[in-house]
Amino acid sequence: MYYIEMHGHMVSRTTDDYREMAMAGCVAVSEPAFWAGWDRSSADGFDDYFRQLTEFEPKRAAQVSIKHVTWLCLNPKEGEDRRLAAEVLKRIPKYLDLSNVVGIGEIGLNRVTKNEIATFNDHVQLALDFNQLILIHTPHLEDKFKGTRVTIENLARSNGLKANRVLIDHAEEHTAGMILDAGFYAGFTLYPNTKVSAARAVDMIEKYGSDRVTVSSACDWGPSVPTAVPQLMLEMRRRGHSEAAIRKVVFENPLEFLMQSGKFELPRLGIRAAVPSATTVS
Amino acid sequence: MIKNGSCPLTTGQIIDEYFIENRTRLLELAAFLERIDRSADGVDARRDFRMTAFHQALHVVASNIPDKMDQIQLIFSDPTIEPREKLDAKSASGAWNPASEVA
Repeated sequence: MYYIEMHGHMVSRTTDDYREMAMAGCVAVSEPAFWAGWDRSSADGFDDYFRQLTEFEPKRAAQVSIKHVTWLCLNPKEGEDRRLAAEVLKRIPKYLDLSNVVGIGEIGLNRVTKNEIATFNDHVQLALDFNQLILIHTPHLEDKFKGTRVTIENLARSNGLKANRVLIDHAEEHTAGMILDAGFYAGFTLYPNTKVSAARAVDMIEKYGSDRVTVSSACDWGPSVPTAVPQLMLEMRRRGHSEAAIRKVVFENPLEFLMQSGKFELPRLGIRAAVPSATTVS
Repeated sequence: MIKNGSCPLTTGQIIDEYFIENRTRLLELAAFLERIDRSADGVDARRDFRMTAFHQALHVVASNIPDKMDQIQLIFSDPTIEPREKLDAKSASGAWNPASEVA
């Protein structure tokens, strides 16, 4: 079965990982900008990173026939530095017309500080100014519940924001309901130690349904599994869910979301870019 | 939220399919707690805010409370809504520390 890896930090992975993903059915990877594990020293470092995301990674992915698209931002772990954030935000617009840039992300909060919230809101405004999709990181562990609540509260105050053009990722049992109830897409990220296992993700799909739900490996430089999405497919089959139900979560929902960018396409499968949606969910 | 009947398997099938791996998880949990009991310094683990939350969560696991996952997630979560004035740490620790909110 074909699937779309909705959230993979492929700059941290090997070409062999791309190959394994392709052999497991991956036809596209969407790669949000994120934290390198250490703070970058200047906005120039982000320019280099954005070039890696928009020029180098698409070529690596194409070697195994995977479509690569990306999201740009200064990530939540560095959002406390308002001066750096302002400088990086100025540099993002020049990349937004590229055919492989599908939006602003992964933005959001880390420890839910006043500066992080200000940086988050600046990114949301940038996305609105340039009619971009938004991909949002929600905080880890004990900060997730508070961070998700504060994120949704701030989004509710953003004039002109369409909830169905926003994916709020790293959802768990105590945050999935509030995300979906507000009309956003909710993402479950499958990690071996933190966040969500394949079994728990399927439990949440059973509880909340699969509309506006995506799943991804969020593979990065830490403990993570690039082929976690196929593992979720196996878990759904193990419980007797239909192939159509699996395909909706791993292919159709991410496709539906990404197509709103007006850029995303999979020519190999006969899927061409569409005009951005004007539908408002809430 | 969809609940009853949303898993295609019967109760018996779920137990057949998932019992062994969850038996293993339960033993791992018990082994972790025993390991703490054998610690070099013998300090009471419940002095650590993470283990206080951990034991609260264990009570929920053993109870008949519905929505166990939600309840346990909330035990480990920061229940406040006010943002921090500034960054205190780069990473989360796994459980909310009420003492950290004292000004």
